[in-house]
Amino acid sequence: MRRETIHAWLLLLPALVLLVAFTHWPAIATLIDSLYATPHGSRVAPFVGIDNYTDLLDDPVFWQALRNNAWYAVATIPVSIVIAFLMALAVNEALPGRSLLRMAYFLPTMLPMIAVANIWLFFYTPDYGLFDRIMALFGGGRHNWLGDPTTALPAMIAVAVWKEAGFFMIFYLAALQTMPTDLREAAALEGSSRWNYLRRVTLPLLMPTTLFVLVNAVINAFRVIDHIVVMTRGGPDNATTLLLYYIYEVGFRFWDTAAAATATVVLLTIMALAAAFQFGVLGRRVHYR
Amino acid sequence: MMVALYRPIGRNLETVGAWLLGLLWMLPLLYAVWTAFHPAIYATHFDPAAPLTFANFKAAWQAAPFTRYLINTVMLVTLILTAQFVLCTLAAFAFARLTFPGRDLLFAVVLLQLMVMPDVLLVENYRTLVQLHLADTILAIALPYLGSAFGIFLLRQTFLTIPQPLDDAARLEGCGLLARLWRVYVPLAKPTYIAYGLVSVSYHWNNFLWPLIITNSVTTRPLTVGLAVFATTDQGIDWSIVTAATLMTSAPLLIAFLLFQRQFVQSFMRAGIR
Amino acid sequence: MIHRRSLLAVSAAMLAAPAILRAQTVEKLTFYYPIAVGGPLQAIMDDYCKAFQQETGIAVEPVYAGDYSQTLIKALAAIRAGTGPQFAVLLAAEMHSLQDQDILVSLDEIGLDADGKKWLGSFYPAFMANSHADGKTWSVPFQRSTAIFYYNKAAFQEVGLDAEKFPTTWAALATTAEKLTKRDASGRVTRWGIKMAGDLGNAQWTFGALANQAEQKLMNEAGTEVYFNQPKTIDAMSFWQSLSAEHHATPDGVSNWPQLSPDFLEGNTAIIQHTTGNLTNVRDKAQFPFGVAGLAGKNSPHTVVGGGNMYFFKNASPAERQASLRFARWVSQPERAADWSMRTGYIATSPAAYETQTLKDFVTKFPAANVARTFLPVATGELSVHENQRVYKVLTDNIQACLNGSKPPARAMADAQGDADRILKPYKRT
Repeated sequence: MRRETIHAWLLLLPALVLLVAFTHWPAIATLIDSLYATPHGSRVAPFVGIDNYTDLLDDPVFWQALRNNAWYAVATIPVSIVIAFLMALAVNEALPGRSLLRMAYFLPTMLPMIAVANIWLFFYTPDYGLFDRIMALFGGGRHNWLGDPTTALPAMIAVAVWKEAGFFMIFYLAALQTMPTDLREAAALEGSSRWNYLRRVTLPLLMPTTLFVLVNAVINAFRVIDHIVVMTRGGPDNATTLLLYYIYEVGFRFWDTAAAATATVVLLTIMALAAAFQFGVLGRRVHYR
Repeated sequence: MMVALYRPIGRNLETVGAWLLGLLWMLPLLYAVWTAFHPAIYATHFDPAAPLTFANFKAAWQAAPFTRYLINTVMLVTLILTAQFVLCTLAAFAFARLTFPGRDLLFAVVLLQLMVMPDVLLVENYRTLVQLHLADTILAIALPYLGSAFGIFLLRQTFLTIPQPLDDAARLEGCGLLARLWRVYVPLAKPTYIAYGLVSVSYHWNNFLWPLIITNSVTTRPLTVGLAVFATTDQGIDWSIVTAATLMTSAPLLIAFLLFQRQFVQSFMRAGIR
Repeated sequence: MIHRRSLLAVSAAMLAAPAILRAQTVEKLTFYYPIAVGGPLQAIMDDYCKAFQQETGIAVEPVYAGDYSQTLIKALAAIRAGTGPQFAVLLAAEMHSLQDQDILVSLDEIGLDADGKKWLGSFYPAFMANSHADGKTWSVPFQRSTAIFYYNKAAFQEVGLDAEKFPTTWAALATTAEKLTKRDASGRVTRWGIKMAGDLGNAQWTFGALANQAEQKLMNEAGTEVYFNQPKTIDAMSFWQSLSAEHHATPDGVSNWPQLSPDFLEGNTAIIQHTTGNLTNVRDKAQFPFGVAGLAGKNSPHTVVGGGNMYFFKNASPAERQASLRFARWVSQPERAADWSMRTGYIATSPAAYETQTLKDFVTKFPAANVARTFLPVATGELSVHENQRVYKVLTDNIQACLNGSKPPARAMADAQGDADRILKPYKRT
């Protein structure tokens, strides 16, 4: 082998070993595990083929988790991205109190989700929590935000959006600030309205950022379940069970490792499909400078 | 004329809107601060004349070994950051500047980790660490994240933008591979290191689910897990103490951000993350 | 005359004794325990362990692991990882599932002499109910409780009820709760009559009490069958639902356990069904006169026991098992059990504890502390079956669906029975 190849492999080896050991190998191992039953005690696990998958498809809680996660993703991703973009636009202008605003928007991101969950748990308390009190000022009734299946998931969505929008804002802000100013001058000279400029110039130029932010948002929609663990534990009646939470519950509360592995394979497939879509379809439409 | 009048009103509305959003965004944190600094009775009653107190913080501090948790978290984050810097730099350099068969394919395989994060592979990673007899150690929390595809990706991109003449000059001076890396590439990639470091620190400082699963004892628990264990007792939640504990555990990062706000944003921009 | 040789031998023995003893004794034990009630329990436990070390030289490291379900998850995770504790306090009702995991060692196997057997017999029988299987004993009571009512005496007086007489039947309870519910001019409730917990981990406890009040057992002793679908069980669920649907004395939907006690102390609800272990916490924090009463019943009062037992794990060495057992015996001595009870509100686990002077005096000064134990004779064990957590979940899901109005009681219980039957099927063969 050429010396350069040997050198390259030496440089790569440490990172690669760890990557493969904790990402690629577990992914394959999960797939293999999903074909065996859960070992009980010291008994060896028998091969069961696709039995685990049929069991999973028979589990209504799994379907609920899928549905919940779909709704959750559909709501958090666009909402947090749009709000992040608006925030970046606002902070990019020479508004009074701009750095204070920027801090206000970004602060939630610096808090651990656990901390956020505890604070919001307090707000969602029926009767004397913050939201019910504000609603009371406007004559609203009592709400069991976290105990009512119709409001529990939206409540979780609100928490997630609050936490993430500021993080995405930073990326948009960075991109906005590196946009050449002569573009805006040229547009003003031609009499183009601000809205037009936004739509025709800013947005397309920001597509790489949007793609990057989108990838992050999709990953987070499936990865972050800390608030579920603390605030609702998947309830009421599985209204806030997300896919990863389902895996956590089945794997670490019921110790049914085979079912957990099976559900993990499903989750991995979803994320792989999402990645393929984002980079394949959307990536092609992005203008890079 | 109409256009000239329209603009300022629109602008003012936008300013007001932005401010309202900012207030809305700060509200939860402000409420938490209120609750933490006032006695329990005022947790749900807004009395401007309410006395300030540190008793909640004291009670929270004594109720759980937060000092130990803080030490654990600092150790964890330092370990992760150092290892990531070293490992990702080496790998990124190989991908950026060396040619070898299968390079691009290997890079694509590495990038797979961007979508398949270790968090999702809880069950398997847990088993691996048990087999390595490393469960319930700080190293165990860190291991799955040390090989970071994101870090490799970022650094490779940065290294690619470093002008070849600089590299050539170093080579002419007789620098070997590692010397070139250390002398030329690393210093010029400083903004990227800072940006990546900030992202990594805040991510791992705030990470919860994996540390929850892999740690069992006080000597390894990071702050997030300590807070969760502290706050989910079956007893009635004492909101003042819980918010005090919550603020305490978030304080280090918050303060760091407040002090280094500008650098945070600027480093993101300079690193060209977009 | 003392021979030199024997003198030498004796001195050698005396010098060697500590080393021999040390080789046979255990240096350090780890023990996981949950904190489920208010109070500085961590400090108390640390003190106990220190005292134990002073007396016996065995260091016990108490590890606080969260609430019952977190402690269970943590202990199991640690044991599977090989770094597990030697013993732990876990829900008494988890016995069957823990056995399935093949991690427990019975007390009989660790070794019980005549003294030990007497010790086992000294506990309240109701607390030993969840400890037997296959003719062996698998756990001993440590922090046990029954479900009781805490009620706001000032609220009772406010609506003209006798604060010293608490209702004992379902019908009376419903009317009382209705009367206690206060609404403002716009119809918004400012104080609820009663609140009971329906969240995961607690719904089955609330329901266990209600079922017992309808005189229905929820499971068989082997933990292989459940009786959710029985008419009396459905009756119990209907009663629970009627409190919100008909009497409007409790909020619609699910109330969460962690919120009950703060709500009660806040004056947001006049009655809560809670654990006796919360007594000290309520006593310290209540800003109004409060009372403690036994649960009601369809015809007469019944309640459910709960709380944690000490379990001993297989992964411990024989010496460690002996040491753990020794700790269990030490901490359950009447004086110490009395101390634990006074400082937390849990029921002391043996009648002997209530004969100690300290507890006698305490009870005289604070009669509320004695209420819970008078209901032990009418208490049943907590829901305890194989795959316990899974069955808890299906039961809770259906209870929540019923309370949220999406399933009528009969269907909710039928669904719960169906799901539970499926889960328990593999265990019915044994």
